[in-house]
Amino acid sequence: MSQNYHIVCLSGTREKLQMAAMFASVAAATGDQVTVFFSMNALPFFIKDSQQVPAVEGQFGELMESEAGVPPFKQLFKSAAELGDAKLLPCSMALDLLQIDGDALDPELGPPTGLTRFLNDAEGGQLLTF
Amino acid sequence: MSEFKTIDARNTFCPGPLMELITYMKQAEVGDMLELLSTDNGTASDVPEWIDKVGHEMISSEKVGDVWHLKVRKLK
Repeated sequence: MSQNYHIVCLSGTREKLQMAAMFASVAAATGDQVTVFFSMNALPFFIKDSQQVPAVEGQFGELMESEAGVPPFKQLFKSAAELGDAKLLPCSMALDLLQIDGDALDPELGPPTGLTRFLNDAEGGQLLTF
Repeated sequence: MSEFKTIDARNTFCPGPLMELITYMKQAEVGDMLELLSTDNGTASDVPEWIDKVGHEMISSEKVGDVWHLKVRKLK
Protein backbone atom coordinates (compact mmCIF):
# COMPACT_ATOMS: atom_id res chain seq x y z
CA MET A 1 0.00 0.00 0.00
CA SER A 2 1.41 3.36 -0.89
CA GLN A 3 2.14 5.88 1.84
CA ASN A 4 2.02 9.63 1.91
CA TYR A 5 5.28 11.12 3.18
CA HIS A 6 5.93 14.76 3.96
CA ILE A 7 9.58 15.50 4.53
CA VAL A 8 10.65 18.76 6.12
CA CYS A 9 14.23 19.58 5.25
CA LEU A 10 15.73 22.31 7.44
CA SER A 11 19.33 21.42 8.23
CA GLY A 12 22.19 22.50 6.01
CA THR A 13 24.45 19.67 7.12
CA ARG A 14 25.62 17.00 4.73
CA GLU A 15 24.35 14.07 6.77
CA LYS A 16 20.79 15.34 7.09
CA LEU A 17 20.49 16.48 3.48
CA GLN A 18 21.82 13.09 2.36
CA MET A 19 19.44 11.08 4.53
CA ALA A 20 16.43 13.17 3.51
CA ALA A 21 17.38 12.75 -0.16
CA MET A 22 17.85 9.00 0.21
CA PHE A 23 14.49 8.67 1.90
CA ALA A 24 12.73 10.84 -0.69
CA SER A 25 14.24 9.09 -3.71
CA VAL A 26 13.61 5.53 -2.53
CA ALA A 27 10.08 6.24 -1.28
CA ALA A 28 9.07 8.14 -4.42
CA ALA A 29 10.54 5.52 -6.75
CA THR A 30 8.64 2.83 -4.86
CA GLY A 31 5.33 4.48 -5.55
CA ASP A 32 4.81 6.43 -2.33
CA GLN A 33 3.62 10.00 -2.54
CA VAL A 34 6.44 12.26 -1.42
CA THR A 35 6.48 15.97 -0.74
CA VAL A 36 9.65 17.66 0.44
CA PHE A 37 9.46 21.10 2.02
CA PHE A 38 12.76 23.00 2.02
CA SER A 39 13.36 25.82 4.46
CA MET A 40 16.01 27.41 6.67
CA ASN A 41 19.60 26.32 6.00
CA ALA A 42 18.57 23.55 3.60
CA LEU A 43 17.17 25.92 0.99
CA PRO A 44 20.24 27.86 -0.27
CA PHE A 45 21.73 24.71 -1.85
CA PHE A 46 18.89 24.80 -4.38
CA ILE A 47 19.58 28.30 -5.67
CA LYS A 48 20.55 27.98 -9.36
CA ASP A 49 24.30 27.52 -9.86
CA SER A 50 24.90 27.47 -6.12
CA GLN A 51 28.42 26.35 -5.33
CA GLN A 52 27.65 26.10 -1.63
CA VAL A 53 28.91 22.91 0.02
CA PRO A 54 27.08 21.65 3.11
CA ALA A 55 28.90 21.56 6.40
CA VAL A 56 29.89 18.20 7.78
CA GLU A 57 28.35 17.26 11.14
CA GLY A 58 30.60 14.35 12.07
CA GLN A 59 32.25 11.13 11.03
CA PHE A 60 29.68 10.10 8.42
CA GLY A 61 29.75 13.43 6.66
CA GLU A 62 33.50 13.06 6.36
CA LEU A 63 33.18 9.49 5.10
CA MET A 64 30.64 10.54 2.49
CA GLU A 65 32.88 13.35 1.29
CA SER A 66 35.83 11.01 0.88
CA GLU A 67 33.92 8.31 -1.04
CA ALA A 68 33.35 9.11 -4.70
CA GLY A 69 30.53 6.57 -4.98
CA VAL A 70 28.07 8.33 -2.66
CA PRO A 71 25.25 9.75 -4.80
CA PRO A 72 25.06 13.56 -4.42
CA PHE A 73 21.97 14.61 -2.46
CA LYS A 74 20.82 17.02 -5.16
CA GLN A 75 20.89 14.23 -7.72
CA LEU A 76 18.81 12.03 -5.39
CA PHE A 77 16.19 14.75 -4.88
CA LYS A 78 16.08 15.22 -8.66
CA SER A 79 15.60 11.46 -9.13
CA ALA A 80 12.78 11.56 -6.57
CA ALA A 81 11.03 14.17 -8.71
CA GLU A 82 11.78 12.59 -12.09
CA LEU A 83 11.29 8.90 -11.27
CA GLY A 84 8.64 9.15 -8.59
CA ASP A 85 6.89 12.48 -9.11
CA ALA A 86 8.00 13.77 -5.71
CA LYS A 87 7.09 17.39 -5.11
CA LEU A 88 10.03 19.54 -4.01
CA LEU A 89 8.64 22.72 -2.50
CA PRO A 90 10.57 25.77 -1.31
CA CYS A 91 9.31 27.59 1.79
CA SER A 92 7.91 30.98 0.82
CA MET A 93 9.10 32.56 4.08
CA ALA A 94 12.69 31.43 3.47
CA LEU A 95 12.58 32.86 -0.06
CA ASP A 96 11.33 36.17 1.34
CA LEU A 97 14.20 36.29 3.84
CA LEU A 98 16.71 35.51 1.11
CA GLN A 99 15.03 38.18 -1.05
CA ILE A 100 14.74 35.89 -4.05
CA ASP A 101 11.77 34.40 -5.86
CA GLY A 102 11.04 30.85 -6.98
CA ASP A 103 12.61 31.43 -10.42
CA ALA A 104 16.02 31.74 -8.76
CA LEU A 105 15.86 28.07 -7.72
CA ASP A 106 16.72 24.87 -9.58
CA PRO A 107 14.00 23.91 -12.09
CA GLU A 108 13.00 20.72 -10.27
CA LEU A 109 11.72 22.78 -7.35
CA GLY A 110 8.01 23.53 -7.39
CA PRO A 111 6.11 26.68 -6.46
CA PRO A 112 6.92 28.60 -3.26
CA THR A 113 4.70 27.17 -0.57
CA GLY A 114 3.49 28.53 2.74
CA LEU A 115 3.14 26.57 5.94
CA THR A 116 -0.66 26.63 5.91
CA ARG A 117 -0.78 24.97 2.51
CA PHE A 118 1.91 22.47 3.46
CA LEU A 119 0.17 21.51 6.71
CA ASN A 120 -3.17 21.11 4.94
CA ASP A 121 -1.58 18.81 2.38
CA ALA A 122 0.29 16.89 5.08
CA GLU A 123 -2.85 16.04 7.03
CA GLY A 124 -3.13 12.30 7.59
CA GLY A 125 0.30 11.56 6.12
CA GLN A 126 3.61 10.87 7.77
CA LEU A 127 5.79 13.84 8.63
CA LEU A 128 9.56 13.45 8.79
CA THR A 129 11.93 16.23 9.73
CA PHE A 130 15.61 16.45 8.87
CA MET B 1 15.23 -14.82 -25.17
CA SER B 2 17.85 -14.85 -22.45
CA GLU B 3 19.55 -11.54 -23.01
CA PHE B 4 20.11 -9.33 -20.03
CA LYS B 5 20.86 -5.66 -20.23
CA THR B 6 23.68 -5.09 -17.77
CA ILE B 7 23.69 -2.06 -15.50
CA ASP B 8 27.08 -1.52 -13.93
CA ALA B 9 26.55 0.26 -10.61
CA ARG B 10 29.67 -1.07 -8.92
CA ASN B 11 31.43 1.19 -6.42
CA THR B 12 28.38 3.35 -5.75
CA PHE B 13 26.63 3.37 -2.41
CA CYS B 14 22.97 3.06 -1.41
CA PRO B 15 20.63 4.14 -2.91
CA GLY B 16 22.73 4.72 -6.06
CA PRO B 17 22.46 1.17 -7.52
CA LEU B 18 18.73 0.95 -6.77
CA MET B 19 18.09 4.31 -8.43
CA GLU B 20 20.12 3.19 -11.46
CA LEU B 21 18.01 0.06 -11.71
CA ILE B 22 14.78 2.03 -11.39
CA THR B 23 15.89 4.45 -14.11
CA TYR B 24 16.52 1.57 -16.52
CA MET B 25 13.33 -0.23 -15.48
CA LYS B 26 11.30 2.83 -16.43
CA GLN B 27 12.83 2.81 -19.90
CA ALA B 28 12.57 -0.97 -20.40
CA GLU B 29 9.74 -2.83 -22.13
CA VAL B 30 7.54 -5.35 -20.31
CA GLY B 31 9.36 -8.71 -20.38
CA ASP B 32 12.84 -7.14 -20.61
CA MET B 33 15.48 -8.60 -18.31
CA LEU B 34 18.07 -6.51 -16.52
CA GLU B 35 21.17 -7.47 -14.56
CA LEU B 36 22.40 -5.04 -11.93
CA LEU B 37 26.01 -5.25 -10.81
CA SER B 38 26.65 -3.82 -7.36
CA THR B 39 29.35 -3.92 -4.71
CA ASP B 40 26.98 -2.46 -2.12
CA ASN B 41 25.69 -5.18 0.23
CA GLY B 42 22.61 -3.17 1.24
CA THR B 43 21.53 -3.13 -2.40
CA ALA B 44 21.35 -6.94 -2.41
CA SER B 45 18.53 -6.79 0.13
CA ASP B 46 16.93 -3.54 -1.07
CA VAL B 47 16.47 -4.60 -4.70
CA PRO B 48 14.36 -7.72 -3.92
CA GLU B 49 12.25 -5.61 -1.53
CA TRP B 50 11.67 -3.00 -4.23
CA ILE B 51 10.94 -5.62 -6.90
CA ASP B 52 8.42 -7.29 -4.58
CA LYS B 53 6.69 -4.04 -3.64
CA VAL B 54 6.46 -2.70 -7.17
CA GLY B 55 5.47 -6.03 -8.71
CA HIS B 56 8.30 -7.12 -11.00
CA GLU B 57 10.12 -10.47 -10.97
CA MET B 58 13.35 -11.25 -9.14
CA ILE B 59 15.07 -13.88 -11.28
CA SER B 60 18.22 -14.42 -9.24
CA SER B 61 20.64 -12.88 -6.79
CA GLU B 62 24.20 -14.10 -6.61
CA LYS B 63 27.45 -12.77 -5.19
CA VAL B 64 30.51 -13.49 -7.30
CA GLY B 65 33.65 -12.29 -5.57
CA ASP B 66 32.81 -8.80 -4.32
CA VAL B 67 30.08 -8.19 -6.87
CA TRP B 68 26.37 -8.83 -6.53
CA HIS B 69 24.62 -9.92 -9.73
CA LEU B 70 20.92 -9.13 -9.37
CA LYS B 71 18.76 -10.31 -12.26
CA VAL B 72 15.24 -9.02 -12.67
CA ARG B 73 12.43 -9.03 -15.22
CA LYS B 74 10.04 -6.15 -15.86
CA LEU B 75 6.47 -7.40 -15.54
CA LYS B 76 4.35 -4.31 -16.06
